[in-house]
Amino acid sequence: MKVRVDVMLKNGVLDPQGEAVRHALGSLGFEGVEGVRQGKVIELDVAEGTDEATIKEMCEKLLANTVIESYAIHMS
Amino acid sequence: MKAAVIVFPGSNCDRDMAVAFERAGADVAMVWHKDTSFPSDVDIVGVPGGFSFGDYLRCGAIAAKSPISSSLKAHAERGGYVLGVCNGFQVLTETGLLPGALMRNANLKFICKPVDLTVATAASDFTSGYTKGDVISVPVAHHDGNYNVDDETLSRLRGEDRIAFTYVDNPNGSTADIAGVLSDNRRVLGMMPHPERAVDDNHGGTDGVAMFRSLADGLVSA
Repeated sequence: MKVRVDVMLKNGVLDPQGEAVRHALGSLGFEGVEGVRQGKVIELDVAEGTDEATIKEMCEKLLANTVIESYAIHMS
Repeated sequence: MKAAVIVFPGSNCDRDMAVAFERAGADVAMVWHKDTSFPSDVDIVGVPGGFSFGDYLRCGAIAAKSPISSSLKAHAERGGYVLGVCNGFQVLTETGLLPGALMRNANLKFICKPVDLTVATAASDFTSGYTKGDVISVPVAHHDGNYNVDDETLSRLRGEDRIAFTYVDNPNGSTADIAGVLSDNRRVLGMMPHPERAVDDNHGGTDGVAMFRSLADGLVSA
């Protein structure tokens, strides 16, 4: 069973990499890009029937640093 | 003083840290990350710089879940001393022993140079060999040293005099120019600059010596 976890920097935490990407898009001539946030996608292949609470525990303990990052779990 | 230095796969400042402790008169044991305990009577554990586990996932994140890390937490929780430098600082924030997080440098560059630090408090066994306000030169070498902490935690750190060092000229975007912070019992210090790389004339400076010397003095009399 595939589960996808999106990890993003929390709103309000400056994302220097996203900012660099935004500038690069601007220099390529793409206008009107007002913000870029860069995160991670983590795909898990877990045993059938693994519940969301377990995935949440994985996120809290390892996959995200909740001091600066938020996460979203997508059970398929 | 009895010291232990943890070695993770990818640590590269472990021997430098051991030498700095030894020069201050410590017995030093190297402890592999898969070990589950430290030698008995260890006073201080060094968590060295480097690129533990290739900085995969987040700097220090995997190391913080290594077998030795639960012993590290237990050591700190019973009042043991811990010095985390660079990647070691990242490991300490990931274990929750120190607040905040280290993010990518604001200018996105790997920064490798000596920087001037202001000693922000002398009230700890790490910094008692300095005088508050002293400016010392210590090298930094990191890509993810941008210390991020929320306003509430920042005011707590300030109120409790837990900011150990600040940058004179902030190289990485750290909140409030913070280069190093102490735990609430003042026995855990995490810092991005490398005091162990400033303990010999051949290093180009010896401003780190006072830290290891004051630790040796403080921990012997303790």
